Parts: sequence; structure tokens; C-alpha cells
Amino acid sequence: MSAPTRAPKERRDVSRRRFLGYLVAAPTLVVAAELGRQQLFAPPGASAAAIPSPPQVADAYDLLDAIRDTARPTANLVKVEVNRDGTVSFALPRSDNGQGIITSTAMIIAEEMDLEPEQVNVTLADSRPELVFNQLTGGSSTTFSTFTPIRVAAAIAKGALLDAAAHLLGQDVDTLTSRAGLITGAGGSAIPFSELTEAAATDVTKQVEVALKPREEFSIIGTERGKSDARAIVTGKKQFLADMKVPDALPTVICRGPNLNSEPLSVANADEVRNMPGITDVEMVSTGVAVRAATTGQAIDGVNALRVEWDGGTVEGENDESVLEKVRAAELPLAVPSVPGETVEGDFTFYFRSNSALETNMAIADVRDGSAEIWSALKVPITVQHDIAEQLGMPVNAVTLHVVEGGGSFGRRLFGDAAKEAAEVSQKLGKPVSLIWTRADDSRQGRTHPMATSRIRAVVAGESVVSFEQRHTSVTTDFGHGLGDAATAAAAKLPLGAVGFSEAIWELTQTTPYDFGAQTRVLSEVDLRFNTSSMRNVYSPDVCTARDLIVDQIAAKMGKDSYEFRREFLRDDAMRAVLDKVAEEGNWGRSMEEGTAQGIGFHIEYKSFAACLVELDCRPETVNREIRSARTGPRVTKVVFASDGGLIINPLGYKAQVMGGINDGIAMTLTSSLHLEDGHFIEASWDNYFYTRQWNTPLDMQIFIVDSGRPEPGGVGELAVAPTCGAIACAYARATGTVPEYFPILHKEPLPFEPYPTVPPIPPSPTNGLEMAR
Amino acid sequence: MSTHTFKVNGETVTVDVEDDVRMLWVLRDVLGITGPKYGCGINVCKACTSHVNGKAFNPCSVPVGAISESDEITTIEGLADGDTLHPMQEAWIDNDVAQCGYCQPGQIMAAVALVKRCEAEGRDIDDEALDEIRNICRCGTYNRIREAIKAGADNM
Ligand code: FES
Ligand code: FES
Repeated sequence: MSAPTRAPKERRDVSRRRFLGYLVAAPTLVVAAELGRQQLFAPPGASAAAIPSPPQVADAYDLLDAIRDTARPTANLVKVEVNRDGTVSFALPRSDNGQGIITSTAMIIAEEMDLEPEQVNVTLADSRPELVFNQLTGGSSTTFSTFTPIRVAAAIAKGALLDAAAHLLGQDVDTLTSRAGLITGAGGSAIPFSELTEAAATDVTKQVEVALKPREEFSIIGTERGKSDARAIVTGKKQFLADMKVPDALPTVICRGPNLNSEPLSVANADEVRNMPGITDVEMVSTGVAVRAATTGQAIDGVNALRVEWDGGTVEGENDESVLEKVRAAELPLAVPSVPGETVEGDFTFYFRSNSALETNMAIADVRDGSAEIWSALKVPITVQHDIAEQLGMPVNAVTLHVVEGGGSFGRRLFGDAAKEAAEVSQKLGKPVSLIWTRADDSRQGRTHPMATSRIRAVVAGESVVSFEQRHTSVTTDFGHGLGDAATAAAAKLPLGAVGFSEAIWELTQTTPYDFGAQTRVLSEVDLRFNTSSMRNVYSPDVCTARDLIVDQIAAKMGKDSYEFRREFLRDDAMRAVLDKVAEEGNWGRSMEEGTAQGIGFHIEYKSFAACLVELDCRPETVNREIRSARTGPRVTKVVFASDGGLIINPLGYKAQVMGGINDGIAMTLTSSLHLEDGHFIEASWDNYFYTRQWNTPLDMQIFIVDSGRPEPGGVGELAVAPTCGAIACAYARATGTVPEYFPILHKEPLPFEPYPTVPPIPPSPTNGLEMAR
Repeated sequence: MSTHTFKVNGETVTVDVEDDVRMLWVLRDVLGITGPKYGCGINVCKACTSHVNGKAFNPCSVPVGAISESDEITTIEGLADGDTLHPMQEAWIDNDVAQCGYCQPGQIMAAVALVKRCEAEGRDIDDEALDEIRNICRCGTYNRIREAIKAGADNM
């Protein structure tokens, strides 16, 4: 079949790549697609003094490629459907937790089909085990891995509609134009998609070849577009999980033990609690004691009234320093010997950080009569579906898993902690439950970014960096979610498998952007039974912080300016363009008051290059600002950020992701960490765990997109965090004259709060809210 | 159980629930008004921020027994005038503030109260005033929130 596109010039262009897809047998038009492949990276450029580093794994093939390639065999099951009302539907096999991929996916389909984005309904697909690897949201991969297959399907759909219209109108397909769901022929005769979808349908599935719209003709991709659910959000109508009404799914809260992962041994007063107002059920489960009640508040009261005997948990007696000792013991030696006068070295510690979102872990479960129906925000639903089936003793197809939009993710929704718990509770009670983690649980017992050390040794000879070694040692990061498939997830759960998997992720994501001669980057991990996961990135923020600090020291040793040095040693001009942008827009090198300084960070990942320039105020009057129950500390007063992320679908959504990443970087570098004391994390509130607040956020933030014309979208969801961390660390060193050795920088400052008790587990709600109304 | 009558979003409602149940759960679990979100339950995150008699308050920290019949509660659902959005809601859309959106009902309600308070006190909506906002946004939309509040204030 010939290409069903209408512009004759496209047909003459024999060089344009063609993609394969399918017309799928169905009563209305349904189209499916396979994946294509493009080369993204230009060859590295050269610098006079820079000794080229041999290619690193992640340069040629990174995590995005891995996720896309694992997605490849089944991507043809990704379908675009034209409905009888003329709208187009697409069920995105990904999870949206605020990153805006629903909006950008609608834009991609609308672009290819000449529709308005409003005419495209994008929903989140339920767990589809047949998708195998193709249902993972992580590693900032969504747009990169779905961009081409979605376009192919949309292009074939449009072609089929044009062919059907040509047939009905008795006109040549090349004379037809399509706009906003209406196909118009010569003489003004027009047919809407709604009247064409049946005619365009096929009763046998067949393979079709198609060319895609060239970039020069884009009119939607690359334009700014607000989020599709903006109005629903500002009117309170957007439904999150806890807002959904599933009949009889009453609020359920778990009473958890005093230490991390404490398990319950016995309950002394279950009957007494069962008789409290509103409470319907009290039941011991593997992670604690579940209390189900008419209102969430009553379930919380029940939890706090329980008297439970607990075991000591998985890290009994441990604290920050004892864990750090164990991490230190697992450190691998650096290979190149230290040479006095020629070596620049650094050793940095990164404490535990929480990836708790504002919406706590939640799930609704109805497990009765041999089947299970579960709702949760899940980035890897297939793995969770398998786990739950196994846990419930049911076949996989008896478990239906609905992916619901989540209130933030940051790594949390990679795991189905709440979904598994809700399934267990519902099965034990034989009743539906709406399970909600309390804030204290989410902070104390939820997953964390693991404690790590990062050591660097660079050998400098004259104007060159001869070698650059980085050794990263970390409490194990849990990758038990695999790459979306139950088989890889099971492999990652084996002790040896997990090592292999982490190392694979390390190799696929970490690369040094500079020509620093012989380079090695090695990861070692020590499993200490913490609940961990990635957190708006796995290793990069810490790796980049350490690297930027050492890069600044190498520059100083050579007597070079931090920016000029990076510029000289960066591997190619596209990277330099991004660095130049922040230096220029941020007025790098301007004179700064004492106690304040600029800092610069640079990072490459996810097929993107990113640079960040910050100005940091470390003057006492700023550091010691009095705000009740708050971490104030140094303030980042200005951020200038630039990145080249390849093709940008929606610049507004892109910049929003960058802004979030910047605010995360500020928290990770300066204020936010968990403190482990005597087997548990002490933070139970947002006034204990100091994520960035209004009084920490920069007053001036400028975000620039640098476009070097690369044809595919890179990843942005996590991109901004690492270079922001690097820039702030360098600015701090410059403003104070002290190179920080641990992060966040304020981790060891006196706590501006009294930790809440761990028994009862939930801080009680105050009653004085009316007096505080203002 | 006891009976409580008050006004929510212009309507008089009566609920049958224990005195000490916090208003957040009365709104969400009893009345099905889910705009106010749970983010902490202890008057810290401000995700539940709503208005009582025109002032910002946090229903997670008010027992229903403390609410009297004359009290008027407004949640995010009651901020717009029918189909006409409040200027602050418009500003939020114009500035494409939201990411996941979970914190935003509370942010908007807090912003409206802040602007009114500053006006009453004769203060500007400057950086100092904006730094007072305690609402958490874990998606880090703070800078767009600041811009939207300034724009919304101009149209209030
Ligand atoms: S839930 Fe009310 S302030 Fe956090
Ligand atoms: S938009 Fe997600 S918490 Fe604010």
C-alpha cells in the first residue's frame, strides 16, 4: 500500500524514513504501531589540552535506549482509535503523577492528525500484562520511548481516514485537506472523522507503511500548552485516589511499629478499639494492624489507641553514623595512586532523603470471591499485578489493576507498597478498603534515597587532566520494580540479580561530560534492609555534586575560571552552547558581595545537556532568618538554567519539570534529609523534613531552552536536579570558603523541632484550627 | 453521635457524627467534598486550606463540634461564582501553575486569604508577604505560584 499522505512533495522525498504500523481489524478505525530508531548524538568535539576520554557506555547507549529497546517487541500493541463521535482515543501505558505527559501525548497525536489537542482523549491504561516491558514510567523515558510509535499510529489513522473520504467523495486523495477532524475536498464538500471511522475500519489486520510529518510542518509540537486538567485542578474537581468513591471502600489506616519495618507480634486491645466510634474492623496484617472506619479521622484515632507488641524492625539500634560506617567499609579503593602536588581529591557523604510525595501512598482494593480489583498510582503496574496475584494466591488474570493519576511521584510510585497492603487487608477482611498512609508513615516508613558516599581522585598534569576516578558507594537502591516486566523484576530481587541490575542502571545513566583522560566510575552497594528507591533520579544528583566540586578545584589548581575550565574540557559544542547560555544570561563572574557567590553545575543524561548557574546568599542575616518551625539557611537568590533536550513537545510543560527539579536540587543540597536514630527515622511531618518552601525558593528563576536541532525528544523529568545540586555546592564553597563534605549541608545543624513520639505512631491532629484562622 | 449544622459553599448542611471528628474528614468522608486534600492532618502542609467566614483555616485541625450554625465554610469547590472562576483561579490557569495539582486547592485558598489580609493591613504582595506562605508544593511549583498570586491579586 502506498503512503496515505496527501502532500505530493512528501511523496517525492524518497529520503524520508518510512515506518511500519498496522490497521487493526475492528468495527471502527483502530491503528497500532511499531518503533523506529534514530541516531541522536553528534560525535564529540575536541579541545586543545583536553585528553579525550574513551567512550563511556551511557554515551552510546543509555537508560532511555534500554527502556525503549525493552519496549520494542510489544510496542505494536499501542493503539490509536477513532471514535464514532469523531474524537480520537489513546490509552497511554504510562503513569502521570503531574509530569504532564497526558497533555504532551495529546499534542503529539493532534499534530500528526491535524486535530486540536482537545479532540484527543488520552487516558492511563490499566495494567496490561501482555505489554511485558512496555509499561514503565521512569528514568524520564516516557516521551522518548513513545514519541515515534504514537506518531506512526496517528499518521496511519489519518491516512486511512483520508483514503475513506476520497472514496466517499469520489475525489483524489491528494486534493483533500484535513483540519480539526473535518476532511474537505474540492468544491467545499466535507466529511467529519465521525462519519469516516467505520468506512476506514478494516476487517483484517494488515501492515501499512507511512512517512511522518516533517518537523518544519509542526504547528502544535513545540508550542506552549497549559495542562489539560488545569481547570479541573483549580476548581477542586480533579479526582485523586482518595477522592474516588468505590462502594463500601471505607478509609483504612495501618498502625505501624516504632522502628523501620517493625512487624507486629500481638495486639492487646483489638476488641476495645473495634468498639470505638466509627470503627468497623481491626486486623493484624504483615506490616502492622489495619483499622477500617467510617472516617479517616476515626481510623487514625483507632490506630493511636492500639496497644501492639512489635519486633525491632530491620535496622534496630542503627543510626546515621553506624550506617555510614558500614557504607565506608564497603568502599572500593581508588586505582590510581595519589601523587602529591598533582592529585585533586574529595570525599563526600550524602544522607538519607525521603521521596514522599504530597499525596501519601494510597490504594483502593476490593478482594472478594476469588478476584481482586485495585486502584493505585503505579508506574510499573505489571510487576505489582504479578506480585499481588502471588500474594493473594490468585491467577494474574484475576487481578485487575487500575492506574490512577497520582499526586506526585519522585520515585515512590515505582513500587506498589500501598497496593499490596490494601490487597492484603481487603482479602483478610473480605471487604473493600481505601487505604491511606499517614504523613508520618510516609515519611518514616516510606522509601528513601539511600545514604551514599562519593569519592573522586583526579590526577592533573600541567594543563591536562590525566585521570578521573569516581567511586560511589551506597546503601542498596531497590530496583525490585525491574523494567516493568515480572521476569526482570524477579531477577532483580535475587541477591546477585540486584547487584547486576543496579550496576546496569549505573552504567546506563552515568557518564562524565568532560575529556578527563582515563576515567572510571564504579558503584558498590551494601544491602542494609532499608526501604529505598530512586528519587527524581538514582545516582546523578550525588555524583554530579561531587564531580562539580572537584571540577572547581581542578580549575583552581590550574588557575582557571570555573566556567572557562568547563567550557574547555566539555566534550562537544552542543554541550558548550548550553554552558555558554547560562554564563551569558546569568552574567557569570559579576562581582558579588561578601558572603554571596555564584556557582555553576553541568550534567548530561537522558539525551539532554543541562547547565545551571546559581547565586547563593550565605550572609548571617539571611542564614539566620527567623521563621517558626523552619529551616532557613543559605538562600538561593537566583537560578539561571539552560538545557538542550532535543525536540521539545510542550515548552511550558518542559519548563515546569525543570522548575520542579531546581526546587528539588535546592532541598537535596541544603535542607532536606532524614535522620536515623535508634532504628527509625525521626521525621514525621513537613515541618520536620525540610523540602523547599516559599522562604527557600529563588526569587529570580530563569529557564532557557537551547535547541541544536536534534530530532527526538530527550528526557526532562529528572534532568534539572543534578546540575542544580552541583551549582549550589560550588557556590557554597565559594561564598563561605569551605568545601562542604556532606549533604544536605544543614544535615547536622540543631533540629528546629522536637521529634514526635513513635508510639502512638501518628501525631494527633490539633484542635485549635479556628484560633489560627487568618 | 451528635448532629451538627453549618453552611458549606452556600448550602446549609447537617451531619451526624461525633464531636471530635475533624472538619477535614467531615467534608471529605461524610459530605464527599474532596477539594480540600489530606497532606499531614496536623496543620502543617496546608493542603486542606479552606475558608471559614472568609478567613483561611485548616479543617484538619478543627473538630466539627467547634463549628457553629452561623459558620460559613468555603472550600475550593465554592470559590468560583458558578461558571465564572475567581480571579485567583484564572491566574492559576494563565500561569499554568499546577503540576500534579494535589496541593493547588489549598494553595489557591491560601492565596486568596493572603491577598485579602494584605489589603486589610495595607501591605503589598511583595516577596516578604509571599515568603509567609507555608503551603507545601512537593512538585516545586513555588515560583509560578508567586507569579500567579501577583497576577490574581491585581484582578481581585
Ligand atoms: S492536611 Fe491540613 S494542613 Fe496538612
Ligand atoms: S502540584 Fe504537586 S504538590 Fe503541588
